[in-house]
Amino acid sequence: MRFIPNFKGYDFFPHDLRLPFMRYKGICLALSIVGMALSLLIIGVKGFNYGVDFKGGSMLEVQSVSGPADIAALRDKLGKLGLGAVQIQSFGKPTDVLIRVEQQPGGDAEQQVALKKVTDALAGQYTQLRVELVGPAVSSELRMTGIIAVFAGLLAIVAYVWFRFEWQFALGAIVALTHDVLLVAGIFSLLQLEFDLSIVAALLTILGYSVNDTVVVSDRIRENLRKFKRMDLNELLNLSINETLSRTILTGITAIAVLISLYIFGGEVIRNFNLAMLLGVVIGTYSSIFIAAPLLGYLGVKREWVGKAPKPTGAGAARRARRENVAFK
Amino acid sequence: MLHFSPWKQVAIIVTCLLGLLLVVPNFVSKETLAQWPRWVPKTQLNLGLDLRGGAHLLLSMEVADVRKDWLNTLRDDARRRLREAKIPFTALGITNNAVQVRLAKAEDTDAALKTLRGLIQQTGNALLGTSITDLEVTKAEGGLIRLAPTEAGLQHRISSAVGAAIETVRRRVDAMGTTEPTIVRQGSSRILVQVPGLHDTAQLEELIGKTARLTFHEVHASTSAEEGRQRPPPGYKVYESEDKEEGAQLLNETPVVRGDELVDAQPGFDQRTNEPIITFRFNNAGARKFGNFTKDHVNRPFAIVLDDKVISAPVIREPILGGSGQISGNFTVETATQLAIQLRSGALPAKLTIIEKRTVGPSLGADSIEAGKLAGIIGGIATIILTILAYGTFGLFACVGLIVHGLLTVALMSLAGSALTLPGIAGLVLGIAMAVDANVLIYERIREEVRAGRTAIAAIDAGFTRAFITIADSQLTTLACALVMFWLGAGPIRGFAVTLTIGICTSIFASVTVVRLLIYYWLNSNKRVHRAIELPV
Repeated sequence: MRFIPNFKGYDFFPHDLRLPFMRYKGICLALSIVGMALSLLIIGVKGFNYGVDFKGGSMLEVQSVSGPADIAALRDKLGKLGLGAVQIQSFGKPTDVLIRVEQQPGGDAEQQVALKKVTDALAGQYTQLRVELVGPAVSSELRMTGIIAVFAGLLAIVAYVWFRFEWQFALGAIVALTHDVLLVAGIFSLLQLEFDLSIVAALLTILGYSVNDTVVVSDRIRENLRKFKRMDLNELLNLSINETLSRTILTGITAIAVLISLYIFGGEVIRNFNLAMLLGVVIGTYSSIFIAAPLLGYLGVKREWVGKAPKPTGAGAARRARRENVAFK
Repeated sequence: MLHFSPWKQVAIIVTCLLGLLLVVPNFVSKETLAQWPRWVPKTQLNLGLDLRGGAHLLLSMEVADVRKDWLNTLRDDARRRLREAKIPFTALGITNNAVQVRLAKAEDTDAALKTLRGLIQQTGNALLGTSITDLEVTKAEGGLIRLAPTEAGLQHRISSAVGAAIETVRRRVDAMGTTEPTIVRQGSSRILVQVPGLHDTAQLEELIGKTARLTFHEVHASTSAEEGRQRPPPGYKVYESEDKEEGAQLLNETPVVRGDELVDAQPGFDQRTNEPIITFRFNNAGARKFGNFTKDHVNRPFAIVLDDKVISAPVIREPILGGSGQISGNFTVETATQLAIQLRSGALPAKLTIIEKRTVGPSLGADSIEAGKLAGIIGGIATIILTILAYGTFGLFACVGLIVHGLLTVALMSLAGSALTLPGIAGLVLGIAMAVDANVLIYERIREEVRAGRTAIAAIDAGFTRAFITIADSQLTTLACALVMFWLGAGPIRGFAVTLTIGICTSIFASVTVVRLLIYYWLNSNKRVHRAIELPV
């Protein structure tokens, strides 16, 4: 190991800095509530631009055999097939076109017929790169699964946080996570970006990342609560956020760097997925600093409760044990 | 304390080397791999359909078909049993998803109930006590007896029909000569078919979509199809012909023999007329039924029906007792071959509808792999630069940990045989970013401890111990999320969840244990040269 050079890392972070996060907690929370309300409003008014996964119908990514695709001609040709609204857009390269055919009235067989009509019309001029067809039964199931997945993910996380910390932490986490998911969903609705199964996966990952951040801050809060028994809660929360700030920022920068690279170079097919993740990491980092921890300032934490680390025997047992502890004092 | 027993050191290093060994096959071609010695692991990472190209079809069985089929059989069985027991009845038919019998004499009711209850079958596992009856035979008012299939019985039928359909689909797909198709049951009445490398699904869909229900029917002796169209005799129905010119036939609805009793069908040529024909052979049960029928119906026509269309109605010249015969119709060589494949691969018990289809062409898959590689390399380099810049020598150790993390993740995925999908690549890359987080937590903690005035070794020790609680907490919450994704996930979500789960599991070993071992070595070497220990973080 002697040949490994010893060189010091650059500690970029001014550790003496104490940013007064808690002083602005009211404004931050108000801003976030407005953001969430706006997102709900936008989703309510504009809805989502659902992909075939959730809406049913079919989608084709095709490539022109000779030169750039003539989208106008294509639109004209496919419009005459009588398949309702056919969306046609350029996709990544000038030769590539994305075609969406809405769900046809009737059952699964009708979707097949519609897809066949489109592929027959394209034959010779375009090669198919990708075809997706989702029937009405499957799309409604996927929609249901998507919603359940997000809620189940949220519940699983909150249950874990509750088990490891206290209900105030769990409440802070659930508000922060709901905030993240709502905001990303709101942006997707606002920009009418395609919302499909992969976006649900992205939302779930955002949940994971954001709670990761929240847990790191919460862990520090818990530690400081044991260390500084008499410190004012707001001051203690502020200290905890500041102490973990260097980590929050460094990890955030790394994750964002990787996601930007994925967004730029990762290809057209998963661009929206990567965009959702990128938004989620930024919003998730914000929420764990500006929502989860400040909320504790409002909710308050019973100081005696954290006098001892909860034994991992279930929340109920741990709480009982702690109650007895208090009684003995 | 920061100490590793020699055994522990060996175990850690061996694990890393094992990971390397398992990953190496991914970088060489299949041909080179074949020449390697036998002890070398040869499993390559399984690429998902979106990366290697291929077709994904989700098929759904028509439950109504299964029910109808069963009720028809039930009606015929009931008729046979009542006749055998010499119990007269005035009507027998299917109403409201049940078979109803009207007895001629009310005093026969008990005897009829007894004989009809013989049709009840116990299904399920008797040992586990999960046995169910598939049928309810009850007395209704007015001398009526109802034979109603139970829900559990229907589910059982559907389940076995899906099982049979899977076998049939597998044989049909195999007959196409494609490689490594995956054909599995999904839910109660669905079948998932994944064929890597197949892009144009037209032929596959045709093979799967065709029910190819081959049946052999008795032709009504006296009534013609035209007369039958006006007023069909009970139990008979008019079947249209495949080609319009030849007449339809009035046929007994209950087939004599079904296609699933067919063991072989081959295209061939008629020796006299030289036109394409199909020769076929029944199994023993089928041959017996067919033999009995042909014996009783010499010089009368019988009909070969494919998917409820008469394809030919030859006259039985002599009893066919051996179970072999031939079908002639207006076949071309191609249609005869196609039909033979369909017959050989057996009859589907019910119609299958395609309810989801995803195909990815090979060029798009290759593009996605290239894009994923490029994004991964650039993202990886960015991470390495950032880490080394922030933590110096310790940052370098973290990077080694990251590489081990990547190796082990890919190794475990190869071992588990789980496919790497496009969102999976993103999961892999994100996993790397999350693994860095563990090191960031540890190093930031060490810095804090140093600022608090601890010595180098004490700071390192405290950094690892204290940060570990946080790391475990944060990884476990992400794991909870990943497991939910896996549990509920369909398609892309599941691939992503698998990668993420494996990534989380390896990251604790790679980013904590491996990095700690490296720091331990670094400390020892520094002590040996009597260098004052100065932390590079």
